[in-house]
Amino acid sequence: MVANAQKSPSTPPLARAEAPPADTSAVRRVAGIVALVILAALLWEGAKAFASSVDYALPIAGATLDLTVFNDQQLPHLGAIANAFVQPAQRNGPPLYSELLSASAFTLQMAIGGFLMGGIIGFALAVIFAHSRFMQGGCLPYVVASQTVPILAIAPMIVIWLGRAGFQELAIPVIAAYLTFFPVVIYSLRGLTAVPPTALELMNSYAASKWETLVKLRLPNALPHIFTALKLSATASVVGAIIGELPSGIQQGLGIAILNFARSYTQSPERLWATIVMAGAVGIGFFVVIVILERLIVRWKRPEDG
Amino acid sequence: MRKLAVLLIIALLALTIAPLAGAQDLAPLRVQLQWVTQAQFAGYYAAQALGYYEEAGLDLEILPGGPDIGPQQVVSAGGAELGINWVPSHLAAAEGGSGNVIISQIFQRSGLRQVTWGDSGIESFEDMEGKIVGVWDFGNQFPVFASLVKAGIDPYNPDDVTIFIQPFDMNAFLNREIDTASAMTYNELAQVFEFVAEDGSFPVYTPEDVNIIDLNEFGTATLEDMVFANAEWLAQDGSEALATAFLAASYRGWAYCRDNVQECADFVLAEGPTLGTGHQVWMMNEVNKLVWPSENGIGITDPDLFQQTVDIAVTYEIISEAPADGIWRNDLAEAAHVMAMEMDPEVDLFGAEFEAAEVEITARGE
Repeated sequence: MVANAQKSPSTPPLARAEAPPADTSAVRRVAGIVALVILAALLWEGAKAFASSVDYALPIAGATLDLTVFNDQQLPHLGAIANAFVQPAQRNGPPLYSELLSASAFTLQMAIGGFLMGGIIGFALAVIFAHSRFMQGGCLPYVVASQTVPILAIAPMIVIWLGRAGFQELAIPVIAAYLTFFPVVIYSLRGLTAVPPTALELMNSYAASKWETLVKLRLPNALPHIFTALKLSATASVVGAIIGELPSGIQQGLGIAILNFARSYTQSPERLWATIVMAGAVGIGFFVVIVILERLIVRWKRPEDG
Repeated sequence: MRKLAVLLIIALLALTIAPLAGAQDLAPLRVQLQWVTQAQFAGYYAAQALGYYEEAGLDLEILPGGPDIGPQQVVSAGGAELGINWVPSHLAAAEGGSGNVIISQIFQRSGLRQVTWGDSGIESFEDMEGKIVGVWDFGNQFPVFASLVKAGIDPYNPDDVTIFIQPFDMNAFLNREIDTASAMTYNELAQVFEFVAEDGSFPVYTPEDVNIIDLNEFGTATLEDMVFANAEWLAQDGSEALATAFLAASYRGWAYCRDNVQECADFVLAEGPTLGTGHQVWMMNEVNKLVWPSENGIGITDPDLFQQTVDIAVTYEIISEAPADGIWRNDLAEAAHVMAMEMDPEVDLFGAEFEAAEVEITARGE
């Protein structure tokens, strides 16, 4: 803001005229991310090298600290993990990365379904709560309570219930939606209700209907908040989809890959790590897409809370 | 506008009817496995891949299991008509009111073994006095407990023996933290031989390095993989015919796997792209040994072995009393033998001449 004002002191700053971040800051940001990744890699390999140098046993104050978790069996070298991607997943089969890509495609598809379902339900609830104190007071506590029930406990029930009703293919999106709708309700409600009182008075003085107030005032005001929620939901939906795959008996997603590689962890730990890297990348990728959408849609304002 | 709407409705109707017309003659049927896709269930995957189910008039869907899937619960709830499970779990669920009934005992013998190191001097359950004995939790410990009791050792007395609850890997045994470990022949036992040392050397251990104590020989094994059905569904008109058709096609699948180890492992690997090739070939070969030879023909329940399972289940309070008659039946399995022979007169449902193949142990089961 300050830099902006100095550049053009004669024109009054408009809310929507905020300049996009300059190129230098983008470069700095990327450099920061790269530096962090390198630091994490150094820590990983450094811990392994150190533990190996003391033969995985560190004497501290009379006791011996067991460092075997850093050996190649428990924590493979990053090079070994990278190598696992290009090795075949099965003898004479395609490389692991191609299996993981198709597994990711399946999981991402389920996650997007859960993301959309959770987003729509969450937003609808927020609109209802914003217009009815009665509904808000009566239902919001249950929305909050829903998140204290472990998803692992109800996922198998969702699978059985939907299976009986003949909608078994909806089970995974519904499980993912269970995790994603919550932030959308909370953040949307905040955005829809925290409108400037003067703006609300202006709408009232024009005799605007509730619908017009919603579309022209509340919704634009809520959008930055909604995007904050959607960013949380994007990563949560991937986690939810992976959790949902296991009780659904799905054999083609990331969930089964994690399960199968965890079972043979002592034999080839780097494959499990490769799958974890892939799952992380899917979540981060989904997150980045929402960030880009946010930049395209919410151009007039950045929420203070990011 | 109206014409368009009518056209749309016709198109929609056509879309919904079209798949029905194609599968007109096939009856839909679902079987719930007790674990994820692996060669333990190869007979069903083979029958599916070879079109045996279709030939038997079934549109069969194989539902793989997983850590949160209880086949008894799924079948009781109507999520599948048939399920694959171990007998002790079935007994416990039946006492809880599952209303499920065993229609075919596929594995004629148990794959559970207790392994010790060859240099440990522990060659029998009697030798385990004062040792650290690894067992699995969740009811899988009871056949081992029964064996210890038969050997004069009280598993609940720490002065007699130290019981160690194993995780589902062989690390504690490989690190020699325990003297003996439970292992299924088709899974954990292979992991011992597939082990690769830190420096990359392989093989580290061969079958000559371990003693494998067989609970079948000791008379303390419980029955494992069998096919069960939802009794309510089975009582409906036509269900018995469908169940029989399923068994007949499955028997043909198992007979095929007996004679085609590699090909059947490939059927499974195609359905589970993250499974290790070498490990699945090993599993296929070991599972064959549990099915074949089938003295009374594949899938027939042996009343004595069933009683042995019930006795262990009652002793260790998996169930409070022996189940009523009718918890298992052989009539559908017998009818399925006839049907399988009609479908393929050459099929051998006994495997009297069966000899297991020799399979190569691969590093990391790859």
